[in-house]
Amino acid sequence: MNHWIGAPIDRADGILKVTGEASYAADFNFENLIYGIPILSTCAKGKVVKIDDSDALKIPGVLTILTSQNTPEFFPAKSDFGTASQMGEIRLPLQDETIHYAGQYLGVVLAETLESAEEAEKLVKVLVEEEPPILEMEKNLSQAYSPKAFFGEPLPVIRGNFEKAFSEAEIKLEEIYTTPVEHHNPMEPHASIAVWDGENLTLYESTQWVVGARNVVADALKLPREKVKIISWFVGGGFGCKGFIWPHTLLSSLAAMQMKRPVKVLLSRRHLFTTVGHRPATCQKLTLGASRSGKISALKHHTITHTSFVGEFLEGSGGASQNLYDFPNLQVIYQVVRLNKGTPTFMRAPGESTGLFALESLLDELSYKLKIDPIELRLKNYAERHPETGLPWSSSNLKECLQIGAEKFGWKNRNPDPGSMKQGNLSLGWGMAVSMFPGFRSPGSARVKILPDNTARVESATQDMGTGTYTTMKQIAAEILSLPPEKINSFLGDSSYPAAPISGGSMTSASVGPAVEAAAKKALQHLIDTAIKDKASLFYRCSPDDLQAKNGNLIFKTDPSKAETFGEILLRNNLPFLEGEAFIKPDQPDKKYAFQSHGAQFAEVLVDPYLKTIRLNRMVGIFDVGKILNLKTARSQAIGGMIMGIGMALYEKTVYDLTTGRVVNDNLSDYLIPVMADIPSIDVEFIDKPDPYFNSLGVRGLGEIGITGTAAAIANAVYHATGIRIRDLPITLEKLL
Amino acid sequence: MKYSVTLRVNGKEQKLNLDARATLLNALREILHLTGTKKGCDQGQCGSCTVLLNGKRVNSCLVLAVMADGKTVTTIEGVSSNGELHPLQQSFLSHDGLQCGYCTPGQIVSALGFLNEPWDKTPEAVQIGMSGNLCRCGAYPNIASAIEEIRSSIQEAASS
Amino acid sequence: MKPFTYQRPFTVQEALHSIRNTPGSIFLAGGTNLVDMMKLEVINPSVLIDINQLPLNKIEPLPNGGIQIGSLVRNSDLGFHPLIRKNYPVLSQAVLSGASPQLRNMATVGGNLMQKTRCSYYRDEISPCSKRNPGSGCSALKGYHAEHAILGTSSSCIATHPSDMCVALSALEAIIHIESEKEKRKIAASEFHLLPGNSPEKETVLEPYEIIVMIELPPLPPNTTSCYIKVSHRALYEFALSSAAVVLEWEGEKIKQGRIALGGVAAKPWRCFQAERLLENSLPDEKLFRSCAETALQGAEPQKENQYKVELTKQVICKALSTAFKRSV
Repeated sequence: MNHWIGAPIDRADGILKVTGEASYAADFNFENLIYGIPILSTCAKGKVVKIDDSDALKIPGVLTILTSQNTPEFFPAKSDFGTASQMGEIRLPLQDETIHYAGQYLGVVLAETLESAEEAEKLVKVLVEEEPPILEMEKNLSQAYSPKAFFGEPLPVIRGNFEKAFSEAEIKLEEIYTTPVEHHNPMEPHASIAVWDGENLTLYESTQWVVGARNVVADALKLPREKVKIISWFVGGGFGCKGFIWPHTLLSSLAAMQMKRPVKVLLSRRHLFTTVGHRPATCQKLTLGASRSGKISALKHHTITHTSFVGEFLEGSGGASQNLYDFPNLQVIYQVVRLNKGTPTFMRAPGESTGLFALESLLDELSYKLKIDPIELRLKNYAERHPETGLPWSSSNLKECLQIGAEKFGWKNRNPDPGSMKQGNLSLGWGMAVSMFPGFRSPGSARVKILPDNTARVESATQDMGTGTYTTMKQIAAEILSLPPEKINSFLGDSSYPAAPISGGSMTSASVGPAVEAAAKKALQHLIDTAIKDKASLFYRCSPDDLQAKNGNLIFKTDPSKAETFGEILLRNNLPFLEGEAFIKPDQPDKKYAFQSHGAQFAEVLVDPYLKTIRLNRMVGIFDVGKILNLKTARSQAIGGMIMGIGMALYEKTVYDLTTGRVVNDNLSDYLIPVMADIPSIDVEFIDKPDPYFNSLGVRGLGEIGITGTAAAIANAVYHATGIRIRDLPITLEKLL
Repeated sequence: MKYSVTLRVNGKEQKLNLDARATLLNALREILHLTGTKKGCDQGQCGSCTVLLNGKRVNSCLVLAVMADGKTVTTIEGVSSNGELHPLQQSFLSHDGLQCGYCTPGQIVSALGFLNEPWDKTPEAVQIGMSGNLCRCGAYPNIASAIEEIRSSIQEAASS
Repeated sequence: MKPFTYQRPFTVQEALHSIRNTPGSIFLAGGTNLVDMMKLEVINPSVLIDINQLPLNKIEPLPNGGIQIGSLVRNSDLGFHPLIRKNYPVLSQAVLSGASPQLRNMATVGGNLMQKTRCSYYRDEISPCSKRNPGSGCSALKGYHAEHAILGTSSSCIATHPSDMCVALSALEAIIHIESEKEKRKIAASEFHLLPGNSPEKETVLEPYEIIVMIELPPLPPNTTSCYIKVSHRALYEFALSSAAVVLEWEGEKIKQGRIALGGVAAKPWRCFQAERLLENSLPDEKLFRSCAETALQGAEPQKENQYKVELTKQVICKALSTAFKRSV
């Protein structure tokens, strides 16, 4: 063991990032570049009658304007989540005149400079036959549909007999919880630079899925997939909105091919509120039956949510109730309403984040009703096996998370009476909630090359959106090759490397990690094979079993003083490199175990009794996500998830004008995300026990679990501080006044 | 209409012929190809584009390049010297004060500006004084400790 | 952004001459608000007159014990200035509670007075908005208005003035010095901004050919306390949902006189003259503060989504008064 896996080493791409040398999509420069600025609809429903671009075309430097009038046919890519391709919305851009939402693409201005492109965009006059848009899901429930399946699982979910158990229950509770539309708002707006050389198309993109982007673009333009290459070395945050492929990528590609010049399409912050997805609003009615001792016998989780007219999406809030606790009688129901809003998409912990806000708030309400400690209530309903499949957990440490968190936080000192605890003049509130996210993985592949200068490189067509993939990839290779991590370089964000899945569903470490491990093992095996066949080697004709790698050398296990550097072996054999490539598929044909990450979060809030301002004072988060690959970057990621959860709890809400359907707060001054002064001390700890069955590394992902449960923990703390239960996010002061 | 503008960027004089509408941010990124300075919102609402203008931190997206004529500009590219990381950059690295890295140049340049402003000499002042730089990954606690390490060491050096 | 030409005068006279003789011209100071508005194409000048070179960037004590602040003083220089911190803490607090350090480093005192509303319908270029497009109506009235005004509104406009600094200036009874080519005049800070009435496009008393040169802070009696209380969702970097600047002059244990100005609730910093009368020669207690708050909000006319601002503002007034009281003992 080299103990490189798990080591809290500095972020591999950190130096490039702190010096400004890391190149994000919009940072690439090309001679003869054309700037593209999208033209978006200000109308939410209707038909384009005429687009008058004559004034815009008169602006010096404007080259052309792409609209539905002059855009050739695009072809749909096959939708195949995770491994092949998927558009963010089904409809392909600029193909017809129908307007489905405000912010829909109506065209792109192409110009020599950014200034003239932006000026011209505002001069394009669009004549529209408007219709009243459908904007409110509660008012249009008669139009709702019930989805038949969610990722292949049939819906609705029925377990046991809810009606019977509910009617027999001693304690009954029914509450409605609502969450608003939220936007990912990564700091980096999407950008796409397309370079076409007459045969090959190279795209500099900001994407969580280089393979998917390549496949979508190639299919849409009828190009062979090997002629399209996606570069996305650095991604300035994604959180889901750079997962699927959105129209701007097709438009930059098309423009570059038509103009035969490089084209840079830049999205503005405003565009990010309409064209790249959002977390849809939910209205969740939870109906619960329990015994007086706190065992929940019946639960119904009824979610109303929305999608667009040009895309299918389901915010799977009910998954929280389905997969976390031992609810013997359960109904999970969905109703989806189509609205004239952009198409929703995955946003960090889709389903679980909204669902756990509801479920973990409801459990807090039950704990007060029954006068049971909230932690004890959760333990009473702990699922010894996966509640839906009945399979044993491969590894579940929820109880430890609760126990360690409670100790760290000092939970035993809590007086449960609302309003009973004070800090100075302020009301103090303590709340807790459970975190949960299923363990997902997909096929992934990687290549490891050992080089003559005693270094190695690791390649995979995966992505690093700040998640630490550059760092963990080389730590895994370092562990196997026994090279210090600084001797290994990671390469990713390039679709020409061995294929890897979308960076979503917290599955990168679990999918790409084992592939890197296997590829490194193969590369090392090739090195050993080379040495033992090499007459000039110390290890000529040795048994491979007697050899091992140690600090960049091949050595005898029994006599470490007999050593040859990797480089010596390669150079002597005139080898430019030795490589191993691996493709790893999740193997659980008989589905013996259930894989799920768990955690516990604790929040302390201070509420001003008069102004009702809410300030977080501290948080504790304990997470069980299997083996930790890098304690430093893992901690950062978990804290980051919790901070996004703080935003969800207290600040974030996208507001639509209910007449026009336009987003009212489409900027970072009005769509509030936390600033540094909002963020208290956050104490994060991991259980750090390998999952024995999930994959060879024992790792489950942790991109999403951090945000799950946060909003409920804070809502529960606010209730504890004030006695006011807020079931409608975000929890803002006017709701407490 | 084009204007001749002279900027002193990271110690180097740059003579540019610019559209009056070009912001300092666009001039840095699209003309000088100093792309370390990032565009996050283009509205002064996120701090990703922070540069030092005559030594003071500003949002370069809201400064017209013509307004900066004759002034000195420091961008992230001018923070390290001779390949050596500035202590603040090193501190961001060791505290992991970054994830996706997109807000990072703005954070670091903003922190440089912060350290030269007359704030209270307290860790809380870091929290307040750095609240003009948004970070969506949620690196705030680590950014705060990275800056606090430098702030307190400057304070110690000054008092000893 | 629409194209424009750019000028850079070096004296006030040159600037005034230019603005009077150049159609479509507008002064550019820090640019933090104007450049944003130009990008949105809400304001479309054909000539920008950059006044950053004018010699109006000094903060100087006056012989009468007051202070004069050049209109091009940057917000951060104002907020951090030792004299302001010492003699007018309410102003320092207000200025430093607004925007971000980067914005305050560019934004000027004069520009802050001229700041445009944050109403999203005003900013979105297309919605009916009588402030942007006179006579077109108010989209916020039937649209989203949770952050909008509750005092002094009209059926033409319910937008707020977003400044924190101006609220403190109003409570300090600052005097704004204005010049044109022909004359120099002074106006009280409380009278500088206008309520919307039927012409919300007219936001201040400043004429297009005039320039703000200086803000004068009258001296405060030594036994004066003050404070600025601001409430927003986030801790910082957000416009006030409601704010109050309070200045109390003490005579023994009594309030000799007091001034209260509110932010985030009207198209101008809202002086509470009637409530101030209740403070005169009164002994401070929670009851007095609450009746001041009630009086101040008597004329409030909230809309559906901003009703909370009435009670919130009352609480803000009470908090500001009691904080200023605590500073007196």
